[in-house]
Amino acid sequence: MIAFAGAIGDVLTSSTMYGSTVRFAALLVFAATGEWVAEKAGTMNISVEAMILTGSFTAAIGSYLGHSVWIGLVFGMLGGLLVSLIQANMSHRLGSNQFVVGLTLNVLAVGLTAYLNAKINPTVTKAGAIKIPLLSRIPLVGGALFGQTWLLYLLFPLIPFAWWLVYRTRWGLEVRSVGESPQAVDVSGIDVNKRRRQSVYFCGLCSGVAGAYLTIGQVGSFGTDGVSGRGIIALAAVILGGWTLKGTVGAAVVFGFFDALRFALPALGHTVNPQLLATLPYAMALTTMLLFAHRGRQPSALTRPFVRGLT
Amino acid sequence: MSAAAMDAGCEPAAIGPARRRSNDRLVRSVWMIATYATCIAVALGLCAVVVSATGGSAAKVFSALLDGSVRSPGAWGLTISTATPLLGVAMGTILASKAGMTNIGQEGQLLLGAAATAYFATRLDLPGPLLITVSLLAAAVIGGLWAGLAALMKFSRKVPEVMSTLLLVYIAFQITTFGLTKKWLLLATVNKTRTNNGEPLPASGHMPVIRLFGNTVTWGVVVALAIAAIVGFVLTRTTVGFRLRMLGLNERTARRAGVSAAAFGGATLIISGMTAGLAGGLWLTGGIAGDRFTSAISSNIGWQGLLVALLARGRALLAILMAFVFAALRTGSGFLAATGVDRRIADLVQAMLVLALLIPPAVEALQNHRRGRAGAA
Repeated sequence: MIAFAGAIGDVLTSSTMYGSTVRFAALLVFAATGEWVAEKAGTMNISVEAMILTGSFTAAIGSYLGHSVWIGLVFGMLGGLLVSLIQANMSHRLGSNQFVVGLTLNVLAVGLTAYLNAKINPTVTKAGAIKIPLLSRIPLVGGALFGQTWLLYLLFPLIPFAWWLVYRTRWGLEVRSVGESPQAVDVSGIDVNKRRRQSVYFCGLCSGVAGAYLTIGQVGSFGTDGVSGRGIIALAAVILGGWTLKGTVGAAVVFGFFDALRFALPALGHTVNPQLLATLPYAMALTTMLLFAHRGRQPSALTRPFVRGLT
Repeated sequence: MSAAAMDAGCEPAAIGPARRRSNDRLVRSVWMIATYATCIAVALGLCAVVVSATGGSAAKVFSALLDGSVRSPGAWGLTISTATPLLGVAMGTILASKAGMTNIGQEGQLLLGAAATAYFATRLDLPGPLLITVSLLAAAVIGGLWAGLAALMKFSRKVPEVMSTLLLVYIAFQITTFGLTKKWLLLATVNKTRTNNGEPLPASGHMPVIRLFGNTVTWGVVVALAIAAIVGFVLTRTTVGFRLRMLGLNERTARRAGVSAAAFGGATLIISGMTAGLAGGLWLTGGIAGDRFTSAISSNIGWQGLLVALLARGRALLAILMAFVFAALRTGSGFLAATGVDRRIADLVQAMLVLALLIPPAVEALQNHRRGRAGAA
């Protein structure tokens, strides 16, 4: 018990821990922000996992071919978008079950990236760290938030942008109403499935950035098991956040903390069972959902496909 | 739905209504077959493009897949034995999805099932058939418990089962990895080879085999077929099956009719976990993946079984066929090494096939819907 308290103390006072929390959380926040928009419109998009994985692979390809982080980022976004195109059109044009499509895409992404990676084996140009003057010198959290790779800084405009998009634009209003009451939206002349598709595309772009961030910003190479369920954890963050943006981001940061803990605890000299540590993010996602999932009010039409006419 | 649409589209004309209707049906089934053929061709074509783009020969890959799955001696037996766990997983999934439950954690349930089988088969000292039965039962129980966790979370705390079953896969994987570091759990007591292998199963822990025309098939096939028959029968021919389907189609109506989502939905979730766990046990005792437990033993069987269920769309016979096709791709991929193409191409073909086969029924439903509306207007 004392050792446990000591470990927690060590973790909370270590500035590297803050740094790695932010690094791990960034991936989740990128993806969860996109997923939040998709869920607002009524899609529980489990292919976010496939989008991140594909994005991280195409980002590696982009940076390998173009020798540039920028091209990698663009490729990553395109990769995420590609998956979202399939997901959106199959579930919100053809009307296939969204979980079925999402799951198949997850399997497809794992197979395709592993296959192509073994063939191409891309080397990745890693993005450098940029320290923002003054801000990065704030003790404990300064380096964590403002001394990172520039890809991570994309988060700072993305979050307010997503908020603005959903709460302050006409498109956002339509997206929210599509998620709450598609029949009513349909009668007022808005194309329900089109809005849903668009919100999934947004999720694809965000997850693509998440993937690019993982390969180019954080790790510096593509790993076939680099995502391993983080997309699902991003989904859990949206649920845990009660379908609000600040809740989603907050939950993603908490999960990022547990993700970071896996590496931080051994690095700080505490011996913990490695399997226990590895289950930490997943177990925490489950436990926190157990405690808080019933509190949030989900969009009424979440996971319900829209078909015009009586339901 | 389709009957109503057909009636709506059927106007009194020069041809009599009955004649016109049968004509219509013919056109539609030809159209359906054409759509299926096109979609499958496009999917396979895309896979061929991927193979050629990475410097392989699509024709050689195709031929190697056929060799490995059906043409080489003994291949039929291997493929059928591989289809066994796929079918087991798929039938449970079909049951759950008919009741509107989305269990997508079969990979974890299967892994734990295999682990339980390994634990009991290497520890109990029982005569052959009894040992197999007990260890397979243990597999079903632990798979059911693991899915039961998700059911409990769903119906007591509103945690979506899509999330919980999936997250539990990762935890199951770590649990078995942990088990393989401890001798009192799964790790072999004498470890001559490298690390983290389970104890080899005793001779009596192997599933007995049937020999037919130079092929060996394990008795597990009979178990899987029995599961398929039972699930198919329950769903289509019993009151329970009717209630389950009602629950899946409309939860509110089901509640009015006295079908509790927690009882029926939870039960199907648990049963689908049990069949996945059992499939894990069958896979391990079948011996195709080696004679001992490792944490890599599930090797996508759970995911692939799930895909089989998705393709079968609730029909037991179609599930048997699809399980065979997927198993053929799996066993066929073992022959790919000679062609210089990575065996993971088989995973790609499987997923592409699933996507392709999702399209025709969706298109048909869409057309029926439109036709119905046009008729009404």
